[in-house]
Amino acid sequence: MPYAIEAKGIVKRYASGLTAVDGVNFQIPEGICFGILGPNGAGKTTTIRMSYGFIPLTAGDILILGRSISAEPRAVKALLGVCPQEDNLDPDFRPREGLAAYARFFGIPRPEALRRAAELLDFVGLAEKASASVRELSGGMKRRLAFARALVHRPRVLVLDEPTTGLDPQARHLVWEKVRSLKKEGVTILLTTHYMEEAAGLCDELLILDAGRILEQGSPRALIARHMGEIPVEVQDPSGLAYLRPPNLEDLFLRLTGRELRA
Amino acid sequence: MSPRLAFLVWRRNLEVYLRTWFVNFLPPFLEPLLYIAGFGLGVGSLVGNVPVGGGLEIPYARFIAPGMVAVAVMQQAFFECAYGSFIRMYYQKTFDALLATPCTLEDVAAGEIAWGATKALVSAAIMLPILAAFGLIAMPGSLWMLPAALLAGWAFAAGAFCLAAVVPNIDTFNLPMFLLIMPMFALGETFFPLPESGWMHAVGPWLPLTPLSRLCRSASLGTLAPLHALGVLLLYSLAALLLSMLGTRWMRRRLIP
Repeated sequence: MPYAIEAKGIVKRYASGLTAVDGVNFQIPEGICFGILGPNGAGKTTTIRMSYGFIPLTAGDILILGRSISAEPRAVKALLGVCPQEDNLDPDFRPREGLAAYARFFGIPRPEALRRAAELLDFVGLAEKASASVRELSGGMKRRLAFARALVHRPRVLVLDEPTTGLDPQARHLVWEKVRSLKKEGVTILLTTHYMEEAAGLCDELLILDAGRILEQGSPRALIARHMGEIPVEVQDPSGLAYLRPPNLEDLFLRLTGRELRA
Repeated sequence: MSPRLAFLVWRRNLEVYLRTWFVNFLPPFLEPLLYIAGFGLGVGSLVGNVPVGGGLEIPYARFIAPGMVAVAVMQQAFFECAYGSFIRMYYQKTFDALLATPCTLEDVAAGEIAWGATKALVSAAIMLPILAAFGLIAMPGSLWMLPAALLAGWAFAAGAFCLAAVVPNIDTFNLPMFLLIMPMFALGETFFPLPESGWMHAVGPWLPLTPLSRLCRSASLGTLAPLHALGVLLLYSLAALLLSMLGTRWMRRRLIP
């Protein structure tokens, strides 16, 4: 059986000379949630954009369900659901119409598209906003609408670039809950995030990138055990009281990628 | 390029356009009426008849009627694929969203430019019956203006799309607006016949709008030779094809790293 996503020696060198991704390999089996972590500039977004065909590869190839994104971009993009980092919802359409208009690009007939639009708006808790103006939606609502849009053609592989950045705790938990329920249905999920609790709570498998290369790969639990062992971490609360807690993913992340700030 | 996906991009724009159809149909409907009133009757009473060659003289209102069609074609196509495409590409990120569907950039560009050409055609199609009703253009000869509107509109739309691909920000459109569109509007044999000599005589015929306004005028007088018309249409088609390819390439360079 082919992998949901397979990256084979992928390289991205921009015209500026910057090598954002430098020979990365990974395989994502179907039905798991796979997270890419890394500080800013590590190559997460470049990797994810290459995987949905937005950025052409300098070298290597990415296979989605066994088919090359470089060789068959149209066919492969039809298999993927994409929720990008920036808001690119179409403000010219109201949510329900926008979903239906988007569905048309995947060859979904209009009655079916409208039915799915209603279903998805319900799924992300936006049924009441079906006919609101997209410009008037809050940041969290826009994010959820973008999430719904990524699902309109029932993709088997879902790509989420920082799906919860800027969301309040309620909206973030809603997205997590939806990701879990999609995973249960057998959808493969590739996501990037800056939130270690999100990575630890959602992802079966993690890839830690830095400077365009793979630093580590494994399940959250295995990674922590490998690098941090059972050594408790000493922390201080604001009153200066010190206490010990077990190591978590954030401790591991900082140990692997260092503490200095990135571009 | 996939014709089916390019058509869907075109249809997306059509759907948005029809959503506010009343506001969109109003300008091409009102504009000729205002021009006829202001220029045709107002200025026309001062100007009298205008020579159009071959010893023929026509009232000023009849002179500017086809000029108005040519100007509308240029402006509709230009505004749609300069400002309209830029807003969708830069502010709304509509192109980015479409690129996550099976569409490629070639499909998006083709759909956008085809839509600009369509808007040019629509404005000509709305103006034609109004001008004919006022007796300012001859029928059926004036029907030549429709294919001309589509193909010249295509060329202007593609040229505007090239600009949308390269301008750093939306204010930069002021430059082509004042250096290209306004001179064509004024000197493209739209509102007065080009003089027999002098700098206007030298520059005017080379403006990309001039062949269109001349074609429209001959069509409106019923004196257009079909072979000549086909030649002009072929010229605009070639320009449209070339500029479409160029605009697509530049837009790819801008959006795809």
